[in-house]
Amino acid sequence: MRVALFLTCVNDTLYPDTGRAVVKLLTRLGVDVDFPAGQTCCGQAHYNTGYRHEAEPLARHFSDVFGEYDAIVTPSGSCGAMVRELYPRMGERARAEGRGDTLAATLAPVVPKTYELTEFLVDVLGVTDVGAYYPHTVTYHPTCHGLRSLGLGERPLTLLRAVKGLELVELPGAEECCGFGGTFAVKNSDVSLAMGTDKVRNAESTGAEVLCAADNSCLMHIGGTMTRLRTGMRPVHIAEILASTEEEPAA
Amino acid sequence: MSGTFVGMPAFPEAAREAVRDTTLRGNLRHATHTIRAKRAKAVAEVEDWAELREAGKRIKDHTLRHLDRYLEQVEAAVTAAGGVVHWAADAEEANRIVTDLVKATGESEVVKVKSMATQEIGLNEALEAAGVRAYETDLAELIVQLGKDRPSHILVPAIHRNRGEIREIFTREMSEWGRPAPEGLTDTPAELAEAARLHLREKFLRAKVGVSGANFVVAETGTLVVVESEGNGRMCLTLPETLISVVGIEKIVPTWRDLEVFLQTLPRSSTAERMNPYTSTWTGTTDGDGPRVFHLVLLDNGRTDTLADEVGRQALRCIRCSACLNVCPVYERAGGHAYGSVYPGPIGAILSPQLRGTDSEIDASLPYASSLCGACYEVCPVAIDIPEVLVHLRERVVQGGPATRAGNRVVLRPAKGHAAERAAMRAAQWAFTRPGVLRAGQRMASRTRRFHPRTLPGPGRAWSAGRDLPRVPAEPFRDWWQRTRGGKDGAAE
Amino acid sequence: MSSRERSSRERILGRVRRALADVPREEAPYERAVERDYLREHGTRTVAETVELLAENLADYRAVVHRCDEDGLPSVIAGLLRERGAASVAVPPGLEEAWLADTDVTRVPDRAEDTAAALDRVDSVVTACAVAVAETGTIVLDGSPDQGRRRITLVPDHHICVVRVPEQVVASVPQALERLDPLRPSTWISGPSATSDIELDRVEGVHGPRTLEVVLVDGAAASR
Repeated sequence: MRVALFLTCVNDTLYPDTGRAVVKLLTRLGVDVDFPAGQTCCGQAHYNTGYRHEAEPLARHFSDVFGEYDAIVTPSGSCGAMVRELYPRMGERARAEGRGDTLAATLAPVVPKTYELTEFLVDVLGVTDVGAYYPHTVTYHPTCHGLRSLGLGERPLTLLRAVKGLELVELPGAEECCGFGGTFAVKNSDVSLAMGTDKVRNAESTGAEVLCAADNSCLMHIGGTMTRLRTGMRPVHIAEILASTEEEPAA
Repeated sequence: MSGTFVGMPAFPEAAREAVRDTTLRGNLRHATHTIRAKRAKAVAEVEDWAELREAGKRIKDHTLRHLDRYLEQVEAAVTAAGGVVHWAADAEEANRIVTDLVKATGESEVVKVKSMATQEIGLNEALEAAGVRAYETDLAELIVQLGKDRPSHILVPAIHRNRGEIREIFTREMSEWGRPAPEGLTDTPAELAEAARLHLREKFLRAKVGVSGANFVVAETGTLVVVESEGNGRMCLTLPETLISVVGIEKIVPTWRDLEVFLQTLPRSSTAERMNPYTSTWTGTTDGDGPRVFHLVLLDNGRTDTLADEVGRQALRCIRCSACLNVCPVYERAGGHAYGSVYPGPIGAILSPQLRGTDSEIDASLPYASSLCGACYEVCPVAIDIPEVLVHLRERVVQGGPATRAGNRVVLRPAKGHAAERAAMRAAQWAFTRPGVLRAGQRMASRTRRFHPRTLPGPGRAWSAGRDLPRVPAEPFRDWWQRTRGGKDGAAE
Repeated sequence: MSSRERSSRERILGRVRRALADVPREEAPYERAVERDYLREHGTRTVAETVELLAENLADYRAVVHRCDEDGLPSVIAGLLRERGAASVAVPPGLEEAWLADTDVTRVPDRAEDTAAALDRVDSVVTACAVAVAETGTIVLDGSPDQGRRRITLVPDHHICVVRVPEQVVASVPQALERLDPLRPSTWISGPSATSDIELDRVEGVHGPRTLEVVLVDGAAASR
């Protein structure tokens, strides 16, 4: 099986540790993962801000870069949802606008092959214990697109529960949005901050050292709020926890 | 606070005020969290919720897709049952029809059942201008009317008020409108409800004209349905001699049987009850029981424009349950007033810009009043994909394009104020289709990272005002991958 | 309809038709467009269990539930009126005479010419019902002679409603609608008047009767 890592533009630029963790984890599980150098951005920010037409070339580019792989793994619930849920919709809209089936046909192949990391682990590789070791108290925030668009459900929690040394504590109001929402964080920053503050206060109330999620965009917002509020908690991507072992613990 | 929405600031500014109002935040948090848990329980009781939701969606979609036929069927059935049907293309026409009908009875006051359609058209103000006083009889509407306030929720228009504030409003204002509040009124909900009962009873008993909306209109029989809790609806629907119902054209369902879906999904979604205390159905007039004269005013007011949009038309499936408001994290913090419309919350954010267009500042900002978290779609009993419509309307705002206004096809120009954003999006698109350009940018960011400020100027200030910026790493992932051949040359580096 | 309104009718219908230009003419008709995969009733229950569920759900929404057989009904009704201290009771024209045989409370017949204000001075009302829904704890009135006009069960503050079990009890909302005639005005009642308008929490008692008593009368053994 030819497996490609779609790291996402945000992770590539700002969170390379998450990318290294995904590579380390998948390699440990016997997957030979490739990072196609042509990859850039899935177009989600464009699409969700109202620039669907500007997002189309990015989607076509994505399809060109990843089309030949058997599986595309991404450590981002929202970018995964962009491909799986919104690429088909972009095709439909182009058709409704009288532009034919070309876009839909171009994008169709990558849609079913794209997996969010925890889906890939649980559904494709069939593992729930990845042999990780992480001796910390962790609370898990299910990000909205992972939760509601992709329906990740129990997968991330199942993986975390199997991690040696990890104490998982429940996050109150877990399913409430953290307030990131892409450009929402800037366009409606007051509401976004109020949501982020409530999320951080809830996380703090658990006594956990680490807030874990499967999406660094949300963690950037939550983490930025945490340091501003001087909580002492850390935001950590789930890949970094799952990649951590007794021999090579996470930083 | 004024009673209208004219000249509302854009959503972010209005929301900023609300976010800082700690009493309001507390009131909304308490109310929405109470109902959220109850709704989840009421929905979990029925194992076929998903099927009911799908059937509700299909019934509404089918009706909307053949609305001309069903409108004619409603007209014929209501007329055959002794009712009189009127057609109103916009708010002004609806108000004129109702005002003329009330004037023709010789009465100078009407009692009203809570109705979104009459709020939408500003009927009370129009009646007042014609010398007719309209008494709101729903408890929350009464609180809003007495407080000279604006509604902030579809189901519970006074959700922004807590019991203490309600007590204060009743004590201060009731005497202006009729029977004063009882001496020594406390803030226990039961006492407040009793005060409303006493205050309104004299109005019900003498009322000659009632005004209502309807939750459903059954096309095959001409039956109207009003779903309520307090009994004020029954009072207005049965005691007056004349009943005038103003109903949006999207309220139609084809058959009596279709009610079996909505009478299960609506109560559980709105008040989180298995069934609301009272539901009234009536078909035209009945000899000796209830009003002798019945008028049905069918209201367009932007609905056909909404219908013309293939993506946006799903908003017309809405049955006004307000589950989407109760679950919305943005509504919970911004409050209903920030939405500048009688339709607040997620459904308002997709309904108002369609019914009214995106010309005004507030309407152009509403599609952005969401983090697209999807909680609204998840709870919607007719499966309106609110995030999908929000994004679609964002596109209309920033890109313009074809739309329908007052029945005419128009081509909208992109809204002002998005020029810088549009340029940035295009630049990003250019870079993102050229990996080499992206890489050069990433390297530049990494090399200059020592000089990056902790706060940002310009639009970025909105980010860094409350959150720290992430630190740019020493090298982007792609450089590490290339340097180490995917970690094969020293994985831990 | 004035000529202005007539032109609005044509204008709205025209707008609707133009708005739906994308809808194919051969689209599936109503019967096929609406799949009804939902249940006709939730769970499987014996007749007795369905009646029991009705009693439970009525009580859950603060209706006061009483059970008796046909022979005991007059004394139950008399007792409820006495406990209430009712001086007068509104009576629908077709109510069974026997039901009020044991009480001497003043009967107020339901007459079209009486004003709402006169009805406001009546303490209680006794009616039958058209159907009762177990799953939701709902009684439905349809204005039949033993239920009277809608106003008599609205203005007095105390409503006693008699449900014949098991024949008037259905499990679910779909089954209830099947039994009702849409051309008759219907009132669905689930507990006493209530509101959620103060802080979204339910409080009983606003404009409708604040006390709802439901008598489940076992008619199986009787002649009816």
